[in-house]
Amino acid sequence: MSFKATIREVGDVTIIDMDGRITLGEGSNLLRDLVRESLGRGRKKIVMNMAGINYIDSTGLGELVSGYRLIKGEGGELKLLNLNKKVTDLLQITKLYTVFDIHNEEQQAVASFHS
Amino acid sequence: MPSKPQRMEIVLETLIESIALAEEVGVRIAAVAGFGEEDQYKIGLAVHEGVMNAFQYGNQQRRERKIHVIFELLEDKLVIRVVDQGAGFRLEDVPDPREAENMMEESGRGVLLMKAFMDEVDVLSSAAGGAEVVMAKRHRR
Repeated sequence: MSFKATIREVGDVTIIDMDGRITLGEGSNLLRDLVRESLGRGRKKIVMNMAGINYIDSTGLGELVSGYRLIKGEGGELKLLNLNKKVTDLLQITKLYTVFDIHNEEQQAVASFHS
Repeated sequence: MPSKPQRMEIVLETLIESIALAEEVGVRIAAVAGFGEEDQYKIGLAVHEGVMNAFQYGNQQRRERKIHVIFELLEDKLVIRVVDQGAGFRLEDVPDPREAENMMEESGRGVLLMKAFMDEVDVLSSAAGGAEVVMAKRHRR
């Protein structure tokens, strides 16, 4: 299944709901564009809801890092939401688990941003 | 596992589509070889990373260069070789992406994932001078 993403807003938090695969050529470019678009509109509190992500490769992991750096560079924050076991395992193997703020509940993720 | 070794080789163009194609072949061969679903996923991802490495770094996205993927079903393990037509590289020269200074790099995690998901990973120099990534997954007894 190819990558699909939609954006919604909860107060001043932007939530990117994602489905499919984040791999080289499948999703990685679109994800970067969505982050840039949100930042361009001044929306710097971003949650990536990965409930529908069933596959991610090293390029996809790199794209998460890129998003994190991009958002942080603009003075914003990135939260990851609803990781499945495969994605969680990859973040643990790469130690990226220590970089990202990860949540299992949307409400909790939204509330975790600094005001 | 077969009583006699079996070998299959696919030759791919250096195209982005070749990555998912090789992964799919890897998953199917792993299934036929009797690996469970979790190992099929791990083998598929390792092939994906190996071919992506050949596509990007080895063959530098030059379509006319070929990527050879060889699957060998041995009695105790599945061996996979990914051969490119690039300049080759040494495993020991690949920085550890888990080190603090590399953690926020956007690339460089492919080899780590291959090592994590396969039982054996090595990089040889192919006869033509490119990289030959050799990976193996052993059957759990």
